[in-house]
Amino acid sequence: MSLESLMGGPLRVVNLGLELFAEELRAEGAEVVHVDWRPPAGGNPRLARLLEGLEELDRWED
Amino acid sequence: MALRSIVLPSFYQDSVALMRVAQALRGGEGVREAAALMGTPSNHGILAQAGLASAFTEKAGPNDLILAVLADSGSIAEEALAEAQELLFRRRAPAVPGTAASPRSLDAALRLLPGANLAAISVPGPFAKREAMRALQSGLNVFLFSDNVPVEAEVELKREALARGLLCMGPDCGTAYLNGTPVGFANVVPRGRVGIVAASGTGLQAVACRLAGLGEGISHGIGVGGRDLTARVGGAMTFLALDLLKRDPRTEIIVLISKPPEAEVLAPLERTLAEMGKPAVVCCLGAKPPAKSTARWVETLEDAAQAAAALLKRAPWAPRPFSDPEDVRSRLARLQGGARLGSLLGLYTGGTLAHEAHLLLEPLLGRIPYNEERGDSPHRIVDLGDDAYTVGKPHPMLDPGARAEWVRRAGGAGEAGVLLLDLVLGKAAHADPAKALSEAVRAARADAAKGGRVLHAVASVVGTERDPQGMAGQIRRLEEAGVEVLPSNAEACRFAALLLEPELAGRMPEEAS
Repeated sequence: MSLESLMGGPLRVVNLGLELFAEELRAEGAEVVHVDWRPPAGGNPRLARLLEGLEELDRWED
Repeated sequence: MALRSIVLPSFYQDSVALMRVAQALRGGEGVREAAALMGTPSNHGILAQAGLASAFTEKAGPNDLILAVLADSGSIAEEALAEAQELLFRRRAPAVPGTAASPRSLDAALRLLPGANLAAISVPGPFAKREAMRALQSGLNVFLFSDNVPVEAEVELKREALARGLLCMGPDCGTAYLNGTPVGFANVVPRGRVGIVAASGTGLQAVACRLAGLGEGISHGIGVGGRDLTARVGGAMTFLALDLLKRDPRTEIIVLISKPPEAEVLAPLERTLAEMGKPAVVCCLGAKPPAKSTARWVETLEDAAQAAAALLKRAPWAPRPFSDPEDVRSRLARLQGGARLGSLLGLYTGGTLAHEAHLLLEPLLGRIPYNEERGDSPHRIVDLGDDAYTVGKPHPMLDPGARAEWVRRAGGAGEAGVLLLDLVLGKAAHADPAKALSEAVRAARADAAKGGRVLHAVASVVGTERDPQGMAGQIRRLEEAGVEVLPSNAEACRFAALLLEPELAGRMPEEAS
């Protein structure tokens, strides 16, 4: 469904990261929600990976 | 001279936002040097190098924002810092007063935008897989701009995407055109009949722009990331994208842009292209075309656009080294002064353009180090958008300052005789990239002249007249600084080679005088 809507309908975008991309997409008429993203685990990639592993475990257990 | 700094704890800002704040800081009168950086280990090094570090800034962590200003007086520095903070807090405020601030997570965003069909992700590489995987698992297609993503993560993401029937464009995907909407770095080009699958953002941009110049438009442009046709990734997204274009009624012809497919992927790729039921042009830079193929294999991005346009018009076409040999001859006659010019220095912002230059020029000039020190070769090509040069910094298409520095350095103590450059216009790119580049070229040429050297600059521009920067104005700015602007990167490369070694004309048949 999502792939067909991407190629055949208007873009509805969640933007994470450079806000510039959200600004440009809005200017093109796309519906955009920009996420005020911040690095997880205080910006520590090693801690973030550990967190990611725990989250994956959670999903698996669900 | 006074140094002042502040640290805003847990105040993450993306690299473009930081670049804008730093530019605003530097623009203040009496400000000598300024920085706006997150407190990552590499950024602490940058601050120290710029003379902006202090015992105070050293305490900042990766999620803490450092603002530092070196100014003529303490009050000027403090005023600049206050203005920068105001700019930052204004950015954080909701766009419409009274509405909620931006959501802090993908899940929260999806509650605000049910029916979302795409996640555009450009967070720093180490965090990209986590966000992309969440987006796919929420049923969203992904446009993944982030680089520095390990190939294992890419394989996992694309496997997840395939299982869910979704596109995962990237990592390192800079450009896409989805149902007529440009995403990422993209030029303003007309909608049309050519469907493009591209492992490279600037490759897609270059072909789309040249097609526009030839009166053709694109149906969709699907980015797949630079490693998609490796054996590890197995062409996962290329095959999905080709299938989409095969079924798309708007698409009459396919253009595939990539690095050479690895052997394991080439055979299935050929089979897929043969079963498309639509003609295909393949530009796998550096690949030897297979002995038999249903597709038209070409060597350069320029040729990909030319071949596709000719196929659509059912006109005959053969590759040519220059579109206007007469113009090239007269330019060479004007510039060649008899003395040897020394070496070539290619300074690129577009990765695929740099790669194409390297492939075109090595057979003409001999070994050319690429993204490495010169060593024993006189020449060098550097892709300043490569991962190695962009850690913690905006891409050089966004911030032309870094390349301008390289150009300036080529003037004084440099040995270069010819600078080979690209300029990429379009949405999301810098508003006036030709300004910084032409000023740097002017300065470098003047410095070289002081040292008794001649320094030529040769460039090509990827863009259209409808781009926000306007193609003609940008070309004019470069030409006013003495830059020779050629119609494509391939032509610029050949022209640069002829400037350095006029006898090469014999190997470019049309140019023999």
